[in-house]
Amino acid sequence: MPVQKPISSVNDFVVRFANVNGSGSASANELFARSILRHGVPVSPRNIFPSNIQGLPTWYEVRVTEDGHLGARGGVDMMVAMNPQTWDKDFASIEPGGYLFYDSTKPMPSSKFRGDITVIGVPLTAITNSTYTDPRQRQLFKNIIYLGALCALFDMDPKLIEQLIGEQYKGKERLLSSNVHALHLGRDWALQNLKCPIGLRVKKADKVGDRIFIEGNNAAALGAVYGGATVCAWYPITPSSSLADAFASHCKKLRHDPETGKAKYAIVQGEDELASIGIVIGASWNGARAFTATSGPGISLMQEFIGLSYFAEIPAVIMNVQRAGPSTGMPTRTQQCDIIACAYASHGDTKHILLFPEDPAEAFEFAAQAFDLAERLQTTIFVMLDLDIGMNHRLCRPLKWDDARQYDRGKVMTAEMLDDGRDFGRYLDVDGDGIPYRSYPGTHPTKGSFFTRGTSRDRYAVYSEEGAVYADNMQRLVRKFETAQDMVPRPLQANAAKPTKYGVIYFGSTAPAMDEAIGLLEARGYELDRLRIRAFPFHSSVASFIADHDFVYVIEQNRDAQLRSLIVNENGIDPVRLVPILHYDGTPITARFIAGAIGDHQDQLKVTPLRKVVS
Amino acid sequence: MTYIAKPKFHHPGLPKNDLGFTRRDYEGKISTLCAGCGHDSITASIIEACFELSIAPHRVAKISGIGCSSKTPDYFLGNSHGFNSVHGRMPSVLTGANLANRDLIYLGVSGDGDSASIGFGQFAHSIRRGVNMTYVVENNGVYGLTKGQFSATADRGSKNKRGLMNTDNAIDLVAMALQLGASFVARSFSGDKTQLVPLIAAAIQHKGAAFIDVISPCVAFNNHAGSTKSFDYVREHNDAVNRLDVITVRDPITVDYAPGTVQVVEQHDGTRLALRKIDADYDAHDRVAAMTFLQRHAAKGQIVTGLLYVDPESEDLHAHLDTVDAPLNRLDEKALCPGSAALDKINASLR
Repeated sequence: MPVQKPISSVNDFVVRFANVNGSGSASANELFARSILRHGVPVSPRNIFPSNIQGLPTWYEVRVTEDGHLGARGGVDMMVAMNPQTWDKDFASIEPGGYLFYDSTKPMPSSKFRGDITVIGVPLTAITNSTYTDPRQRQLFKNIIYLGALCALFDMDPKLIEQLIGEQYKGKERLLSSNVHALHLGRDWALQNLKCPIGLRVKKADKVGDRIFIEGNNAAALGAVYGGATVCAWYPITPSSSLADAFASHCKKLRHDPETGKAKYAIVQGEDELASIGIVIGASWNGARAFTATSGPGISLMQEFIGLSYFAEIPAVIMNVQRAGPSTGMPTRTQQCDIIACAYASHGDTKHILLFPEDPAEAFEFAAQAFDLAERLQTTIFVMLDLDIGMNHRLCRPLKWDDARQYDRGKVMTAEMLDDGRDFGRYLDVDGDGIPYRSYPGTHPTKGSFFTRGTSRDRYAVYSEEGAVYADNMQRLVRKFETAQDMVPRPLQANAAKPTKYGVIYFGSTAPAMDEAIGLLEARGYELDRLRIRAFPFHSSVASFIADHDFVYVIEQNRDAQLRSLIVNENGIDPVRLVPILHYDGTPITARFIAGAIGDHQDQLKVTPLRKVVS
Repeated sequence: MTYIAKPKFHHPGLPKNDLGFTRRDYEGKISTLCAGCGHDSITASIIEACFELSIAPHRVAKISGIGCSSKTPDYFLGNSHGFNSVHGRMPSVLTGANLANRDLIYLGVSGDGDSASIGFGQFAHSIRRGVNMTYVVENNGVYGLTKGQFSATADRGSKNKRGLMNTDNAIDLVAMALQLGASFVARSFSGDKTQLVPLIAAAIQHKGAAFIDVISPCVAFNNHAGSTKSFDYVREHNDAVNRLDVITVRDPITVDYAPGTVQVVEQHDGTRLALRKIDADYDAHDRVAAMTFLQRHAAKGQIVTGLLYVDPESEDLHAHLDTVDAPLNRLDEKALCPGSAALDKINASLR
């Protein structure tokens, strides 16, 4: 085997921790990621975990990236192989020239190693067992001990890790000092017994700035708090449960009346997703801001109610943290696979508004905005997160709130307006924007009440099965959807330095990988204009962007090019002009994948047709 | 029919309640149900109960699912908001509405198909959460709108209109409600308004999950010999345990009763109910005994009616969630939004 030079890289590498779930590794690994941030170096961590509580393999990947590439990179430069179950596969995934870190307490046969990688053995179990007697302590501190060893190997500043441990265990002195002790046990052993540092190194930089490190689900939950949600009804489902949990914990801190201690919110764990959306619709019908958090299978179960929300024009906010389908498929893997299911959810002619946040900061903004949109447009708003954004910590700009901002409660007929003699037709388009006025129950003793129905009624909410009355209402709903086009977040366009005939459309969690891919493609000599779609219905700039280019790549994390279908269908675009680039194995899309797929396609365009050569 | 406008004029001498409303003010549109339908009697009983309680009509929210019964909220309380929602999902919609505004009175109207079949789960969970509501099931044992299929409350051995026998066991929603922790459980008969009206009134005043199963014969599909939900059958097998005679808020109960013949129930909010005992041994405070009593009588083919259980110390979902006194739908950004200073602190904790 040819001698492979060990990878040498400062502030740009990928470490993957292979653990067993339930072993307490998650907090140690997160501590590792945070400590690199404290060096002023951006990281992008990802949890790869099974749908299980204890005993199955789990991985935690940290991309150290001074350049700030926050998408998944692919490949592993150092494998911290703590799980014998997955040893062979983990081992094979290390890049040539990469490093293997393992527990050398038990000797491994040489057949278990590769010649092209650097093997670093630390007798973690031996160190742990000689220091601790309690089995749980042994398990937990083993994780901190390997963290200490990595600190030495990567030449990290132990003070910064100590500082983080100090913040984490503030007021719990015993835990604090024992964690710091374990950290130094590992670090000292490595310094004394290994050649430190290795080729992969963390060097202090100033590339993090004021950015924050937060999971998308947590940010979306905060958005719901700031957006004024008072009712949350949900049913546990990975990967959205942590959103409802975060909403509960933020409300506990931020939403209790200081005088009475009483709650300015109500959270109900429904018996299923049908009940959850039913509660949301009941609460919204009655004038509260309400939402549910769910994932694909939940969306399937909510279909009938979503149609009711569309037709009876009742606000609702659904945070859909997408995962790979189907129900019993890959609940802990990411995809953008519910685009069509949400855009056209329910029976009959329906269309729904979708928002596509790219990261936690946008998840916060869109979550808060969703309540304004839902009440303004009196319909369901989907906030389309995915597992990659929702359940991973992501570095993003700080969350911002303008204290002058007021909630847009939409068109609500008040008792005063009714007393002033305003004509109230629940489904009457008074302003030409397709949006009627609604009234809350209990508003006025004699005026403004109506009977809400999922079946047909006229402009004054009086029951009718007349065809013309039905069609009139359906056309108004189309007008309302057109109005929505200019209210939802607009697409963001970024043009290549030089004019180009080619464009790329992407959305949601693909954003960081796409940004990075642009650089890789430029290195191959390919320039692309970019359009990041942030909402459906599509703004008119989507059609004009496509018209301005010979063809446009549409990057998606699903098999069937769902966003592309939606664009073709809604904008009457010739499908040939939209080239699908699809990633759907449940792992987050990478810059390497995008650049590879687009680059190969562009290469083919350069091939001179045979006919021309002959002539 | 609904396209026939109901005349608004009425006799000037119609009696008025404490708020100055007449019974007519509690009416809705003209019913589109079959002539003689039991449901129309329940509609009339709801109107009567709300009139007698002097409820401001617009302070009631009427919520229903799908079916003949779920159409009826259009036929009473025309000045209230109504919501004819999704089949079997009235309980969740009502729960959400109740969370949004605790100040309104919530009247859930459902049927046996709506609550015992497609919505059995939602029925159960709204009851066990203690949502403050009056949940009325207009129970006819049959799917009327789809032309006479058995529902889950149809008794085993009963026959449909075509003579086909039901071989499935029946679900007794009253037994279920007792088991699930409803704090007010009653059964009545649409043909017995004198029993039904006070039960509805008491249920409305009750704080917590109040459930009333009203046997309400379907004249079109389930009123024949062999049915156990026909007018004749229910009249013959009705076993009333008590009569709710008097409901007062503050006044003492002054009616004279022979000793041992009345049970006075004082509810949490000060409401007093005088229950005239028909079955001397029946104690409406004993949930476990009520369940046994019910089962024993059901085995004999008897339909036990009356106020079967009431918990005077009941609580509701808002109490469990410890929500603020103000309705959640009235809180503005000042009350709800923590503001930029709090967000800056959160940002700082995430670095």
